[in-house]
Amino acid sequence: MSFVSYLINGISLGSVYAIIALGYTMVYGIAKMLNFAHGDIIMVGGYIALTAMNAWGVNPILAVVLAVIFCTILGVVIERVAYRPLRKAASPLAVLITAIGVSYLLQNVALLIFGADTKSFTSVVSVPSLVLAGGSLIISGETIVTIVACMVIMICLTLFINKTKAGQAMLAVSEDKGAAQLMGINVNGTIALTFAIGSALAAIAAVLLCSAYPSLTPYTGAMPGIKAFVAAVFGGIGSVPGALIGGLLLGVIEILGKAYISSQMADAIVFAVLIIVLLVKPTGLLGKQIQEKV
Amino acid sequence: MRKFKRFFAAVAAVTLVAVSLAGCGNSASKETEAAAEASSDAAAGGVLKIGGIGPTTGGAAVYGQAVKNAAELAVKEINAAGGINGMQIEFQFEDDEHDAEKSVNAYNSLKDWGMQVLMGTVTSTPCTAVVEKTHEDNMFQLTPSGSAVDSIKYDNAFRVCFSDPNQGAASAKYIGENKLATKVAVIYNSSDVYSSGIYEKFAAEAENQDFEIVSAEAFTEDSKTDFSVQLQKAKDAGADMVFLPIYYTEASLILTQANSMGYAPTFFGCDGLDGILAVENFDTSLAEGVMLLTPFAADADDELTKNFVAAYKEAYGDTPNQFAADSYDAIYIIKAAAEQAGVTADMSVSDICDAMKTAMTEITLDGLTGTGMTWTADGEPDKAPKAVIIKDGVYTAM
Repeated sequence: MSFVSYLINGISLGSVYAIIALGYTMVYGIAKMLNFAHGDIIMVGGYIALTAMNAWGVNPILAVVLAVIFCTILGVVIERVAYRPLRKAASPLAVLITAIGVSYLLQNVALLIFGADTKSFTSVVSVPSLVLAGGSLIISGETIVTIVACMVIMICLTLFINKTKAGQAMLAVSEDKGAAQLMGINVNGTIALTFAIGSALAAIAAVLLCSAYPSLTPYTGAMPGIKAFVAAVFGGIGSVPGALIGGLLLGVIEILGKAYISSQMADAIVFAVLIIVLLVKPTGLLGKQIQEKV
Repeated sequence: MRKFKRFFAAVAAVTLVAVSLAGCGNSASKETEAAAEASSDAAAGGVLKIGGIGPTTGGAAVYGQAVKNAAELAVKEINAAGGINGMQIEFQFEDDEHDAEKSVNAYNSLKDWGMQVLMGTVTSTPCTAVVEKTHEDNMFQLTPSGSAVDSIKYDNAFRVCFSDPNQGAASAKYIGENKLATKVAVIYNSSDVYSSGIYEKFAAEAENQDFEIVSAEAFTEDSKTDFSVQLQKAKDAGADMVFLPIYYTEASLILTQANSMGYAPTFFGCDGLDGILAVENFDTSLAEGVMLLTPFAADADDELTKNFVAAYKEAYGDTPNQFAADSYDAIYIIKAAAEQAGVTADMSVSDICDAMKTAMTEITLDGLTGTGMTWTADGEPDKAPKAVIIKDGVYTAM
């Protein structure tokens, strides 16, 4: 029974990774850049939701909505101010370094405003725990909500990309920016939209992450951010279903590795698996092999 | 010492900015008030100059400030009662900002002032640096709260608090002797020397005790949010107690996650758990029944603690913490050792040290942080640990 429990915990953790990984993978797919500030947007989302609930006394659902709105705006502003001017820069490294800079900026601003103390997050989930098999298997409400939220987000996003004009525009931009522009697609607008969606997802991930693991510091987003980045690479960066599969696998491997191999080595195991996958399949599990045409 | 390594990492960036803006505005704050007061009514027996070093500014200021306040309180009491062997105490406290280099500078300026005995330093890392200097000078040193093993590695240095690893042995003894559990699970931070040090000694001592360690699971600095696996293993192994030699931040997460998986063992921790009730927004009802080994509980109802807490509150408007208690004891320990050794004001620093380090192993003292405290020649205190339990949202002596 504990195996089932580990598995469910792994899927829950993996679902959070998957939601965060979506932000990385969409931005990479379209803007061809790694947004290292993504993890810190999670942290900002957490603080907004927490402040909304505790200081302003709004109800949890509204707090989540506020966090989503704030992060969406923040994501778009960061893109507009920090990344767009550098998109034409000679070296792709410029924008990468900027992303790292933005990451530190967000962390330190949070440090100034909220202080270094750990804040305990009030869970926004009011779903009761599920008690199965006569009490030997207890699934917490947070776990259920996280897994369900991840599935709903995946389905909505897939529908959005495949069935709407804006989604098709995103696909077009990711295939060929120049050709898309010639076809009358607003490339800058599409990239901004991608950042908006990615950041909104980060806010949702923030609330889920902090509800399951209720501690919030200015560095809360850093480690999940890196893990989710690994999940995105694992699944094939640029691929939406890849982010889901990568995230879930990463979560399950991490928890099972901790449970059956060594709790100290969990992270080492995760990264070892990543290396093996990349050696065998350099583009990740679902990544497309792109032929460079000369 | 323990907590601020991480705390410092967290504020490092801000500190950097602050330091660059403030320049050397944070220069050592000298507390000449107490000294002036003492010297004005110096008795015929001369004066004994005790120096103190600790962080009164910066990230660990709360610890240094507590030590300074409590030491001044003790000095005032002793002077009012006639001093040590007729000598009045002069006490001067220097700020080291929890920085090893500044601490050595503070030590040097105290030496210029004429310090004969050092009460410090407050935090482990600076203490480990300063002990090299006191060893060279053969100056008697007593640290109230430097808990790293190396903080007192020479025979001229002693400490009031338990060393990090010794807390582990003390915890195991306490659990065994009071029959608090039969099956114990441990969750510790393998990337932190404080936590893993306690765990190793705990495991070693557990073999002599009447309980069994059924699971010992680690986590690291990079994976300190998800404890479901460690808790599940503890639960599967049937542990009725979980030992947490970790800091309160992670402990608050563990309590929350244990609660959500319906696992309710007894939790037992060391002084790192002190502070769990202050975690912002933490549901303190989850901490109900948590036991921790800490040398001092401000609400203990023995006469000594009551008087100290009342006097401290009156003087500084604050409830004293464990560091204040360590420091208050330290001054009285110096008094006891100096009296045992027959220290007089005209003895040299080195003679005082030689006399006092022998005297330290001979004295027995009842203090705030333990009754019947004795010391071994390697500087470690031998005292019964005190445990507190969290009841109705406050630390209550057991």
